[in-house]
Amino acid sequence: MQWRMFHVPLHLFLQNGAVMRINLKLFATFRVGRFSAEAREYPPGTPVAAVIRDLRIPEEQIGMIMLNNRHAEPDQQLHEGDNLALFPLVGGG
Amino acid sequence: MDKIIRVNMTDLSTKVETVPSAWAGLGGRALTSTIVAAEVPPTCHALGPNNKLVFAPGLLTGTPAANSGRLSAGAKSPLTGTIKESNAGGTAAQMLARLGIKALIIEGLPKGEAWYSLHVSTDGVTIQEETELVGRGNFAVVEAVEARLGKKTGILTIGPAGEMKMTAANISVKDPDSKIRSHGRGGLGAVMGSKKIKFISIDDKGAPGVKIADPEKFKTAARTFAKALLDHPVSGEGLPTYGTNVLVNILNEAGGLPTRNFTHGQFAAHEKICGETMHDTIVARGGKPKHGCHAGCIIQCSQVYPDKEGKYVTSGFEYETIWGLGADCCVDNLDDIALADNIMDDIGIDSIETAVMFGVAMEAGILPFGDGKGIIRLLKEEIGKGTPLGRILGGGAGSVGKAFGVTRVPVVKNQGIPAYDPRSVKGIGITYATSTMGADHTSGYTIATNILNVGGYVDPLKKDGQVELSRNLQIATAAVDSTGMCIFIAFPALDIPECLPALIDMINARFGIALTGDDVIELGKYILKTERQFNIEAGFTKADDRLPEFFNVEPVPPHNVVWDFSGEEIDEFWNF
Repeated sequence: MQWRMFHVPLHLFLQNGAVMRINLKLFATFRVGRFSAEAREYPPGTPVAAVIRDLRIPEEQIGMIMLNNRHAEPDQQLHEGDNLALFPLVGGG
Repeated sequence: MDKIIRVNMTDLSTKVETVPSAWAGLGGRALTSTIVAAEVPPTCHALGPNNKLVFAPGLLTGTPAANSGRLSAGAKSPLTGTIKESNAGGTAAQMLARLGIKALIIEGLPKGEAWYSLHVSTDGVTIQEETELVGRGNFAVVEAVEARLGKKTGILTIGPAGEMKMTAANISVKDPDSKIRSHGRGGLGAVMGSKKIKFISIDDKGAPGVKIADPEKFKTAARTFAKALLDHPVSGEGLPTYGTNVLVNILNEAGGLPTRNFTHGQFAAHEKICGETMHDTIVARGGKPKHGCHAGCIIQCSQVYPDKEGKYVTSGFEYETIWGLGADCCVDNLDDIALADNIMDDIGIDSIETAVMFGVAMEAGILPFGDGKGIIRLLKEEIGKGTPLGRILGGGAGSVGKAFGVTRVPVVKNQGIPAYDPRSVKGIGITYATSTMGADHTSGYTIATNILNVGGYVDPLKKDGQVELSRNLQIATAAVDSTGMCIFIAFPALDIPECLPALIDMINARFGIALTGDDVIELGKYILKTERQFNIEAGFTKADDRLPEFFNVEPVPPHNVVWDFSGEEIDEFWNF
């Protein structure tokens, strides 16, 4: 799977006061030096890729993105109250 | 020269046979299923004199190929009534392969009440009467046999569950640290118990070893193969760090973690039992986060889980066990689950069947949901001692459901459904329904593609593509199960183009043959069709290739979905 990098348009950050809250969860090695779960604020319409970049997770390390319990793509836009979960490539059986 | 060893427990005789030419290119599951299909009457009683218990190392077992040390055990299953192959790590497979033993076939039943052990060496196999270890747990058997025959002895053993012919009983295999791996599924421990064999010891001193036809070609292919295993993030990093238990949080997030006897898809206390927590606990207590089940394993998905004092509790602590006693039974204490895992190893009972069974037992009111201490007590005091209740519990999920009138009983062909809800991960439901083994995630692990983005992506909540995905994986898995390879080589094999050709090159170099990828696919198809034919002759029809009714009518949160495949859609699986 190819992951493209997405730019967050600068004007989103310049919208005064417009913020949305998302619940962000990290798993496996992504927790190391970061956190397990945090509520975070971003400008409305921020795509998943921008959050990944904000966390300084290299895109090639992303194994799974789950948005509200469903698989998602990096270009999907986030909405108020979304639950976003990021996993490195891991597996079991 | 490779050979077949036959043990007849009716007249207590043994013989060494040459390998029939039709079996020469087979190993592992291909060989056990071929032998069982050829020699066991499909309608026989699995615990009667006509069933046979067959052990076979894989085609590459005993070579330096990474992760090739798995042993297949086959028979007619007393749990499912179908053909069964169950494979395990440990040291026995490589020892049998080095001894040139392509298969060990145990047939007949002894008269009388005596128990026996078998000893396998360069001299063939001998049968001894056993008195001291009858009734003992598997850890005591390993300790005693090592004291008698030496630390390096390979051991296959059954605990009290197998002796009592409980249909959830497993066969334990000594691992490199004198702990235990298991031929877990399908009640093969009961078959060994019916034949009155407490343990099999293996001494490979003076063994000829495995000859490789083209050593240079083998070395090159083995290097490429090992590199693929180490390069893939799942086999190279994820599995060694978190073990298979990393899946708790993944399935929970995907809403496919069966909880409270398959009534929910998420477990509120998932963080207490997840792989991340387990890893941190093991490290803090001075245990081993990674560990191999056999020499030559470079994935190291196993671990050694100690208690608060740093003392050994269990190893090979798998996602399915932790899911089952954890989420499905709502137990949020990893130490209780680890102790239960240790007891299951010791009494010799399948930790998947037993975990699914406890979910049903809790619904039946035998003990409350969340009662980890109650699970430990029932394992020790009822199942381990073979009380009437213990024998019902030791018969698995279906047995408890019948005895207590429970209708929500997650089994297919009477085998417990493991750790992935088929309503919210639909591909695995096709595998559960169609597997020749009864419900078995490993026979076509669609979780890779439905959930983990390995080998592409097929949406777990939609029906599209699931039958084809399961079919392709079941065919490939049947072939891989014949090589002696660990199933986790599938992760790199699905994603790294050099991996599978290197595996085939190793087989070709080992035997001096020229198999192609198509030949390997054909082998997989042959195995599935051979197994299915056995099941048809045993009386199974397509009506048995179905999930229990409750999956059709009870939506599972958070996605609130039901199992919505029609019978005709499921039956498409067999169109190959």
